[in-house]
Amino acid sequence: MVDQSKWDWETREKEVPFDPWKENFNWVEEPYASPDGEQVAAVVNIDEGEFNVCVNGETWESPFEKIWYLRYAPDGRLTALVSDMAEWTVAVDGVPWENKFGYVWNTLFSPDGKHIAVAAQADGQYCMVLDDTPWETTFQNMTYFAMSPDGSKTAAVVQVTDFGEGEVHKFQEGCFTAALDGNAWDTKFVNVWNMAVSPDGTKLAAEVRLNLYEYSIAVNGQVWDKSFPCVWEPVIHPIDGSVVAPVRTAGKWTLAKDGEFLWDARFPQVWHQQFSADGKILAAIVSPKYGRWTVAVDGRPWGVTFGTLVSDLVVSPDGSTIAALTKEGETWKVVVNGAAWKDTFDMAWRPVISPDNRYVGAKVERQGKYTVVVNDRVWQKECDAAWDPVFSPDGEKVLLRTLENGRYLRRVLPVTEITG
Amino acid sequence: MAEPAVTQDQEKEEEQKVVDDGIDVGISRLTTDKIETVINQVLKTETGARLKTYVNTCIHCGLCSEACHYYMSHDKDPKWSPVGKVKQTIWEMIRKKGRLAPEEIRRVVEIAHTECNLCRRCLQFCPFGIDIAYLISMARRICHKLGVTPKYIQDTAHSHSVSMNQMWVKGDEWPDTLQWQEEEARGEFPTLRIPLEKEGADIMYSVIAPEPKFQAQLIYQAAAIMETAGVNWTMPADKGWDNSDMAMFTGDNEIMGRIKRSHFETAVRLRVKRIVMGECGHAFRSVYDTGNRWLGWSHPPIPIVHAIDFYYELLKENRIPIKEKFKEPVTLHDPCNVIRGGGLMEKSRYVAHALCDTVVEMHPNREYNYCCCAGGGVINCGPPYKLKRVKSNKVKAEQLMEARTRGAKVIISPCHNCHSGLKDIKNYYDLHMDIKFFGDIIYQIMEKPE
Repeated sequence: MVDQSKWDWETREKEVPFDPWKENFNWVEEPYASPDGEQVAAVVNIDEGEFNVCVNGETWESPFEKIWYLRYAPDGRLTALVSDMAEWTVAVDGVPWENKFGYVWNTLFSPDGKHIAVAAQADGQYCMVLDDTPWETTFQNMTYFAMSPDGSKTAAVVQVTDFGEGEVHKFQEGCFTAALDGNAWDTKFVNVWNMAVSPDGTKLAAEVRLNLYEYSIAVNGQVWDKSFPCVWEPVIHPIDGSVVAPVRTAGKWTLAKDGEFLWDARFPQVWHQQFSADGKILAAIVSPKYGRWTVAVDGRPWGVTFGTLVSDLVVSPDGSTIAALTKEGETWKVVVNGAAWKDTFDMAWRPVISPDNRYVGAKVERQGKYTVVVNDRVWQKECDAAWDPVFSPDGEKVLLRTLENGRYLRRVLPVTEITG
Repeated sequence: MAEPAVTQDQEKEEEQKVVDDGIDVGISRLTTDKIETVINQVLKTETGARLKTYVNTCIHCGLCSEACHYYMSHDKDPKWSPVGKVKQTIWEMIRKKGRLAPEEIRRVVEIAHTECNLCRRCLQFCPFGIDIAYLISMARRICHKLGVTPKYIQDTAHSHSVSMNQMWVKGDEWPDTLQWQEEEARGEFPTLRIPLEKEGADIMYSVIAPEPKFQAQLIYQAAAIMETAGVNWTMPADKGWDNSDMAMFTGDNEIMGRIKRSHFETAVRLRVKRIVMGECGHAFRSVYDTGNRWLGWSHPPIPIVHAIDFYYELLKENRIPIKEKFKEPVTLHDPCNVIRGGGLMEKSRYVAHALCDTVVEMHPNREYNYCCCAGGGVINCGPPYKLKRVKSNKVKAEQLMEARTRGAKVIISPCHNCHSGLKDIKNYYDLHMDIKFFGDIIYQIMEKPE
């Protein structure tokens, strides 16, 4: 993970003028703030077919014909997908990778930001590219993508057998598999979807369809002993390496571990399961009753349910704090450990849990104005844009990144200024 | 109305020659025992009170018959009536306790996939409200479980399963196409953007895969409308952008659920308040009704707004400046899934009148409009069934011709499948009418930069 203790947690407020950029360029696209809040950046148009990235008012050294997917890596490097002379690559802090492709997309970052990967196509062949190094093997199609937790490996669902338009029976024999660092499994499947890579990078698990009706999980190409009428994406236990996935059985859903039912409870829906960092707590978004939604922890649903949606499940490293977003009709709320906050919003973003578990915060929006909410207390600032709050390592302070009246602001406040 | 160009003998021969690997190979693998097992498994575990009620309630009155364009187009032959089709499929399965011969399954799949559009017009006339489309959908589900589905629509379902879109559009081809359209459009609208992956936009605009594959101008037009109306919008760069769903029509509910999950979770990820979809009918049924419910969402978790509804909103708020109304007289086709299924009939008329000088109503209309005979996955069963499809909608040709005699020169069809189906009908019956989407007309008549 990124060492946030080195960030400036002392200066109360820093400012970067943002509106003046609009006078210097034809247009300025949506801004992005760096994780440490020191920078704000946006794609800007200079001329017809000429784009650049503006960072704190300064453009990158060279412009490009096209730029999209501007995103900060967790370590603060600024990346974008860029094109010149009909070739695409990744630019990191303005410097393009040496390798160029017909197209690149789907940027992935390791949690510590040290590794950057994209999916790439060149001459109709597909591969992953990790830190400017493409796989040695390429494939005729590539669909789903994943990165190992340490960022040292990449995986993709790849097509390994050719089939023509309308060759439905050949397709049903299995033309797809998964590949880790370009090494495809020997086993072929009708479909392969979402994957997970184990922390040590030795295990690749994926949801697979064996034929039109049987689904299962394959781990390093080996299919679980049992198949199911449907499965969702697997996760890998952070400590013991077991694989857990939602599976459908007799018209309902539950969780299975290494092919055996893990939870006794059955639900109309189960997905987005997540372990705590120590692997002791397993939570998932569930529908305990048709049309109602909540979170289940180790198979036991919270007492409170919601009608429209539960999303953005977040589990603290020790599992003691579990947060999610809920939606009833058009309004969003944050719910923490089974208790819904009183304030409602027109939109909310993934909750953030402080390292000491004392606080949960989220970026929220009401009537087009953005702010943050911490422990159910709304920060009394209405901003034109805001980014997720970041809690200091000791949990005492919160970093707030906002746009207000044409200015980008980086603030560090004691959390109690919001919570009271 | 001109006579069809081919002779009746030629047509008969063509109809009898249907070769469909999806069905033929599937049938060759069936045994009566397997059929019995699958039918009973589906009827026992996947249907409940609804099927039982429908079966026990129907009094065979036949009031559904004249609602059906197949029946009306085939000289009122009872075998084409909705109740006749149920009798030959689900009832036969129940009567024989699932013990059907493989060749009987061939007839079931032909009826379920190529002789019923699941349009639900018959439901409007049933005194008990029996949803025959549901019964035929169950027949399709059984055919899917038996491995007998017409090849072309099965291939489309496979495309959905691999790429989450219906046209095998690859991961790079999608954003590349959007960027190409954006670049093209800047020739006309210099600052236009198709904002990809813009988190927090008000609207996610979603389309069906034929748009990037064959009809990229529709994306151009949509971007021009968004730009002109000042909409805060985005399109996803990754899977989830395609709202279409042929798996819903092949009875592959598991893939249907998977593609709808991808669609809605993409909207959630992008933090949009609404999903605005292009002019597609079947996709509306999938995102507004069927797909979301299979997943456990009783209502779409992110509100779905069909293009008709969206244009209504923009026009009502005067957000699209119109240079001059469309001059040629138009008639308005009511697509089943958004009119009978979504209740957008009056909004559709508001949009038509706001855009066009003269709107000639076709009769019947609104929820009683005749189906295009393309929807429900029928057109997606491909060329082998095209002739049957157009011949089975003579009544639609007559309906259009009648509107034409009252001056209509252009058919507005706010649905992709209807668009294609009506085009085949107008060509076969030599109707000499043009077909347009609302988006075509808006783009044509709105004010654009000099």
